[in-house]
Amino acid sequence: MHLLPEGVSTYSGRIDLMFYVILAVTGVAFVVTETVLFYFAWRYRHREGVRAHYTHGNSRIEVIWTIVPAVMLVFLGLASRKVWDEIKGHVPPTDQEIVVLASQFDWEVRYKGADGQFETADDVVVHNEMHVPVNAPVKIRLRSKDVIHSFFVPAFRLKQDAVPGLTIDIWVQPTKTGEYEIACAELCGFGHGTMRGVLTVMEPEAYRKWLSEQEAGVVPAEAPAA
Amino acid sequence: MSAQHDAQHSPSFIGKYIFSQDHKIIGIQFLFVSLAFMVLGGFLAMIVRWQLGFPDKEIPLANVLPTSWNPADPAQYNAVFTMHASIMIFLVIIPILTGAFGNFLIPLMIGARDMAFPKLNMLSFWVGFSGGAVIASSFFVEGGTAATGWTAYPPLSADPQYTGVALGQTLWIVGVLLVGTASIMGAVNYITTIVNMRAPGMHFFRMPLSVWALFITAILQLMATPVLASALGMLLFDRTLGTHFFNPAGGGQVLLWQHLFWFYSHPAVYIMILPSMGFVSDIMSTFARKPIFGYKAMVFSLMGIAGLGFIVWGHHMFQSGMNPTLGTTFMISTMVIAVPSAIKTFNWLGTLWGGAIRFTPAMLHALAFVSTFIIGGLSGIFMASTPVDMFIHDTYFIVAHLHYVLFGGSLFGVFAAINFWYPKMFGRMLNPTVNLVHAVLSFIFFNLTFFPMHILGMGGHMRRIYDPTLYDFLKPMQPMNEFISVNAFILGGVQILFAANFICSLFWGKKAERNPWHANSLEWAAPSPPPHGNWGEKVPTVYRGPFEYSLPGMTEDYMPQDLPGAGAPTPGRTVMTPARS
Repeated sequence: MHLLPEGVSTYSGRIDLMFYVILAVTGVAFVVTETVLFYFAWRYRHREGVRAHYTHGNSRIEVIWTIVPAVMLVFLGLASRKVWDEIKGHVPPTDQEIVVLASQFDWEVRYKGADGQFETADDVVVHNEMHVPVNAPVKIRLRSKDVIHSFFVPAFRLKQDAVPGLTIDIWVQPTKTGEYEIACAELCGFGHGTMRGVLTVMEPEAYRKWLSEQEAGVVPAEAPAA
Repeated sequence: MSAQHDAQHSPSFIGKYIFSQDHKIIGIQFLFVSLAFMVLGGFLAMIVRWQLGFPDKEIPLANVLPTSWNPADPAQYNAVFTMHASIMIFLVIIPILTGAFGNFLIPLMIGARDMAFPKLNMLSFWVGFSGGAVIASSFFVEGGTAATGWTAYPPLSADPQYTGVALGQTLWIVGVLLVGTASIMGAVNYITTIVNMRAPGMHFFRMPLSVWALFITAILQLMATPVLASALGMLLFDRTLGTHFFNPAGGGQVLLWQHLFWFYSHPAVYIMILPSMGFVSDIMSTFARKPIFGYKAMVFSLMGIAGLGFIVWGHHMFQSGMNPTLGTTFMISTMVIAVPSAIKTFNWLGTLWGGAIRFTPAMLHALAFVSTFIIGGLSGIFMASTPVDMFIHDTYFIVAHLHYVLFGGSLFGVFAAINFWYPKMFGRMLNPTVNLVHAVLSFIFFNLTFFPMHILGMGGHMRRIYDPTLYDFLKPMQPMNEFISVNAFILGGVQILFAANFICSLFWGKKAERNPWHANSLEWAAPSPPPHGNWGEKVPTVYRGPFEYSLPGMTEDYMPQDLPGAGAPTPGRTVMTPARS
């Protein structure tokens, strides 16, 4: 059963696993509590001559149903922490760097040009499309020009707000070639719902070819955007 | 005290019903105004659902609606859902729980004649009402009303150039500021009243759970709302005076708003659910004819939720750019806060166990509350987990979760409370058959509307987008969006039953007796409706807690708090035999 869409990053499987673990734990809790609720409501409906059982509670059972959920929840927290640290806690070393500048209502995607430097005249800049090689970590430096946006690639399970005034580094290692969608996940104005981009995961060869074709098209005289 | 109050009051209509200082009238004023806003908020929800279910079709009535309500225009769509949320949160749920029921119930349940500060109480209503009026007026100004979501994140909300909304957003800020001021005034009053004005014998641990919940809620409001007020003040200055609190170009911090906003708004989530938890506890005990299971555990878990509620706000900000290590801290505190919620749920189940349950409309809503709160509570664990939140944050999974808590939870609690206390408020009974039908249908169509939203969210469906079909990966989900919309319309339609019953019963309902539910707490010892000053000559004396139902060895299956004597009812006092139906 696939409740979640196909995941195509190295960490999407771990996020999905965490999701399914929580689904299993909460699913059991859901079925048990709802069944008990409906069963008790039916079983203990008012009947002529039957008086309710007089009790104010039971301390031992209070302790049990405090400790059991507490242990389960702390376990879920600790398990989540490991996955979280791996994804957002650090960025693996890589020379694949892309700068994404979000603005109303556009994703500007910037690659280093032939000189291997950002913010120079030969930067490759595309809009609302992004190309990345498969099976290599890619570092994305996320910025925003105006309001808060959120860079969301459902297939990667990747989401990160782009915040004016901050540069936030995130990373992803795609595992499968193909075309995926980029969406804005943070309300950013009237065009929020249309702030869509297309992300193409390519074989390294094809990616290098694509990038060099773009480099050839760059007009060197163009001043770099701030 | 009563004489003094009476002397202050003019008998004129305006003094009695408009600028009233009587907590019961003020409570009813809050109730009527909030219910009117609920109609408007619900109507906006219908517009949202039309747009999401049928983005290609023009909305019915498009030509009679104000142009600023046409959701097919993306800017207007943002305004419509922003106002749906703002109205439901600031003008419906918070004022109905604390303003209406807090006012009406606290003095009656603790055996006081009124609030500690009746004038402040009146001021609280009128400041709150002005806030509502200011927010409502924003629909009619040039540029339309606020369109930045109820969270109003700057820079979107701080500079008109980003939304095209100028005055509307400013009015929204001023309105919410006024409503927050009203909240603070109310909270001071409730806390003072509960601490100082309990009837003889009403120890803290003899208070009904409704009073405990309202007490703890008032503490939350008093501590959290000033933070929202200061944040709103800063935002207002950024918009109107050119300050740069949230503008990075001028040295401001964008994330500062989110910290301040959620420092209020997460506790506000508990402000919106704790009172309902209290009402539901009292109602379940009454209709299960059983003491509440684990009374002290219920009180301490309320305190636990409120205390922890102040250190979990960062879970709204996991993907905001806040330091990821901080995310882990907030994840753990958020996981821990699920424990007191679990304790409450288990104690509700314990209350049903061995009961003699009467299925009144109030009880059905209470059961619906528990059932949906279980779902809303459990779905919260998904977003508490930082890595899972990375995927489901800002998707329909969150929309499902928050509606399970705020609609399935808070609002079903409100419906339960209205059904339960209506006879005391208005001296008349609601038609039980109509409201049983309303309760069952609301529960069914609530679930048909909101449960599928979890599945949309698992598919990555973003919230706050006006046309899901623009995305390839969302296109296959459109039939589910249509299904949700159809059920939402039915859910909205079902509410007409409740509204009609509410209004008709005011005039033609059966006269209510003093204690129609055979309940124990003090409000049922007063006449229905209670007179000014509540208690006639002498305030009641309290002899026991409010949950003595089905005490062995007694003829009656209830024992009011003010009934003298420890065991059997004192001779001479008539206790009505519970209706056996």
